[in-house]
Amino acid sequence: MSTTKLVPKAGAGQAAKGRIGDKVFSGAALTAGALIVAVLFAVALFLIVQALPTFGAAPADITGGEGFFSYIFPIVIGTLIAATIALLIATPIGVAVALFISHYAPRKLAKGLGYVVDLLAAIPSVVYGAWGASFLASSLKGPYAWLAENAGWIPIFAGPASGTGKTILTAGIVLAVMVLPIIASLTREIFLQAPMLHQEAALALGATRWEMIRMAVLPFARGGIISAVMLGLGRALGETMAVALVLSSGPLIASLIRSGNQTIAAEIALDFPEAFGLRMHELIAAGLVLFFITLLVNMVARWIINRHKEFSGAN
Amino acid sequence: MATLMTERKRSALTRGRLPRYTPYVIAAAAIVIAAALMSLIGFNVFGWAVLSAVLFAAGNVISAAVVEGRRKATDKFATSLVVGAFLIALLPLVSVIWTVLVNGVPGLLNPGFLSSSMNGVTGAVDNASVKDGTPVMGGVYHALVGSVLITLWATIISVPVGLLTAIYLVEYSADNKFSKVITFLVDVMTGIPSIVAGLFAAAFFAMILGPGTKTGFVAAVALSVLMIPVVVRSSEEMLKIVPNELREAAYALGVRKWRTIVKVVIPTAISGIASGVTLAIARVIGETAPLLVTAGFASSINMNVFAGWMSSLPTFIYTQIMTPTSPSNADPSTQRAWAAALLLIILVMLLNLGARLVASLFAPKTGR
Amino acid sequence: MSKRIDVSDLNVYYGDFRAVEDVNITIEAKSVTAFIGPSGCGKSTFLRTLNRMHEVIPGARVEGKVLLDGDNLYADGVDPVTVRSQIGMVFQRPNPFPTMSIRDNVLAGVKLNSRRMPKSDAEALVEKSLRGANLWNEVKDRLEKPGSGLSGGQQQRLCIARAIAVSPEVILMDEPCSALDPISTLAIEDLINELKDEYTVVIVTHNMQQAARVSDKTAFFNIAGTGKPGKLIEFAETATIFNNPSQKSTEDYVSGRFG
Repeated sequence: MSTTKLVPKAGAGQAAKGRIGDKVFSGAALTAGALIVAVLFAVALFLIVQALPTFGAAPADITGGEGFFSYIFPIVIGTLIAATIALLIATPIGVAVALFISHYAPRKLAKGLGYVVDLLAAIPSVVYGAWGASFLASSLKGPYAWLAENAGWIPIFAGPASGTGKTILTAGIVLAVMVLPIIASLTREIFLQAPMLHQEAALALGATRWEMIRMAVLPFARGGIISAVMLGLGRALGETMAVALVLSSGPLIASLIRSGNQTIAAEIALDFPEAFGLRMHELIAAGLVLFFITLLVNMVARWIINRHKEFSGAN
Repeated sequence: MATLMTERKRSALTRGRLPRYTPYVIAAAAIVIAAALMSLIGFNVFGWAVLSAVLFAAGNVISAAVVEGRRKATDKFATSLVVGAFLIALLPLVSVIWTVLVNGVPGLLNPGFLSSSMNGVTGAVDNASVKDGTPVMGGVYHALVGSVLITLWATIISVPVGLLTAIYLVEYSADNKFSKVITFLVDVMTGIPSIVAGLFAAAFFAMILGPGTKTGFVAAVALSVLMIPVVVRSSEEMLKIVPNELREAAYALGVRKWRTIVKVVIPTAISGIASGVTLAIARVIGETAPLLVTAGFASSINMNVFAGWMSSLPTFIYTQIMTPTSPSNADPSTQRAWAAALLLIILVMLLNLGARLVASLFAPKTGR
Repeated sequence: MSKRIDVSDLNVYYGDFRAVEDVNITIEAKSVTAFIGPSGCGKSTFLRTLNRMHEVIPGARVEGKVLLDGDNLYADGVDPVTVRSQIGMVFQRPNPFPTMSIRDNVLAGVKLNSRRMPKSDAEALVEKSLRGANLWNEVKDRLEKPGSGLSGGQQQRLCIARAIAVSPEVILMDEPCSALDPISTLAIEDLINELKDEYTVVIVTHNMQQAARVSDKTAFFNIAGTGKPGKLIEFAETATIFNNPSQKSTEDYVSGRFG
């Protein structure tokens, strides 16, 4: 780095100019930081302001005619159902994929696989949605019909199964495919950081690979796994396109294999472009609810990460 | 030196161990048995592969349990689960890429797909091309232009704000309360659902410019909300790993702090910052939901981000699937959607590769 | 409860690079053998090949034979797990499992083999192992506390207790005192002297006084230059190595004229 030309001559004018430069620059940096704070408050503020008319409106004017709570409740539950399905599928598989890459795959392969997982996390959600709507939904029609016939006594598999396969379960599976790379790549990082020292200690005691992982890797990674799952949950809750394209929505129902249910994000994406007046305020209010739900989830995730950091600080 | 002991023929170390060829025997048996079972219930290759794999795993675990004991069996069971989960994870991912390739390549190779817009392409045009078997008309030129412009503006907004914030956090804040607040809010921003970011921009401009304001710039603002935290995060990481010795060396020469940052710190970290920005672009260029609520839909080319509706690749895909141009003949629209999806994936992959390339190109030159 | 080790024509490679060349050595049962030599001469690498721990290092592989009472560690079908439960290892930096208590650390290896162990047996084993590692009196009142709360020297003795709890045939020690203060070092050296009554001990050390104090036999490893493989130069009774070595380079090294 050539630094000689950076040295100002001892002239007073130069020094003053430098001082102004310092002030301007630090001021700009501070402003940028403040802008972020302002933007976030603006997000909350504008959403609240634009959502307010909803809460002032007569219950009969709200979609569904029974007030905002009756409107939002089913789609909140729908959002939670879809996200839960996604996590139930993606968590075990994602952690196993991470473990495969970090501790099972041949080392030469592992680096490439890690890269592939990162690339998959980058595929736009609308592509996953299109895949879910065209390929996955139609290939699940058969299994759904089978489930309705043979497991229909369980409420979540109650028939008649959807004829298009565009159900909340399909949407949940698409979400699972989308959050899987996120969970896998975050937990892989954690697994790779597990201290070699303790892994060697376990091996030297005559532990098998799995015993070594249980003794020296999983205890170390527990906090990291939980936070990765929480971040995946945040993503699944807020994901729009996969659901908007895949689900043929309807009222809240228990069956996962029939048309029906809806999520907040998909509701907004589907209706907002044509919405005006109260309907627009209503959708913004729904967005506000989604915002707070994901905020809560992310804050819990960060809290877990930070607590974990302190815990493992000694190592 | 003492005489060496000779190797024993029957080693105590291999006692109670399965011979090395065991997995191959089990694999062969699994494939045969699976084929037999499948022929009873109707043969298909996929089911055969799955059944073989399950039988192979079960055979391995059981043989280990019988001969080698509980610990070995547990280990093999865990290995089967991990490898199995990995293979299961590959299925949908391979399927996604395969679907997009198979459906997207014909449309993408269609002459004019990249150079024409949807202007003038109506249901009647699509009906005609299906009836006469002529190539599908219309293309993504307008959407490509829209995507590039919107992303460009989002980058213009996000990079200075994000980079300066990172500089503030690393160089100026000295870990004060305000910096903790910013760091926390950046984390919060990372988790904002993209549709909420879109709603924010829509609500913001609705209040300033009147309801229903939808332009490319509104979309760019929405994307900035998603992009800024990514830029802050990656730049912050990169600035943090610039060694303090470099800063101190510059200060010791009497260089002003801001000149040190501009001439010493940032050039050292530029490769990481640039690749972080590229990855951020790759992330937002595929965003669909915020564009749906901020930029509207357009079928013709609009070069002005400050006025008029604007199309983009993701929303193009979405509208072509959800509301085909010709409701009676959806095939041309589907073809265009998949071709656009393939184009979008290629763009994102190129940006990702570009980020890697940038990182290695701009990496600080070592003396050698 | 101890076995001898015979190594013949052993070569260790990292990828294409030969790190250790043609080692032939016999380590007698119930003895302490020290490996000395300059940094990078391959003595730690060689030590790891004695219980196949080198396989943890990417790209490392071995040619040749290591016989544990006549059983080749590298024969077809030998499971490294079996090898390591008979040949334990203590590392340079003390590494008790941070999530386990002192008691669980001692029992960590044993629990792998017997899922359910009567409580009294477990208590007896914990006491026996900790006494064997000269740590019992210091920790008997806080067995439930985490192992990471002990001092460095205590942690290292806890690791030795953990290693002897699985009753191995051989204990390998890779510079066990290099991260410890002199008093802790002395405690470990005393312990090594006691361990040889029951176990075969192999120790890598940088400290020649330590080798002279604790070992019966000493092996000197050297390296011809950077990029060259490490070699076993001389192996003899410790007194011979330090007082009357047959090789010039050994004499240079032990008399501090190395360079």
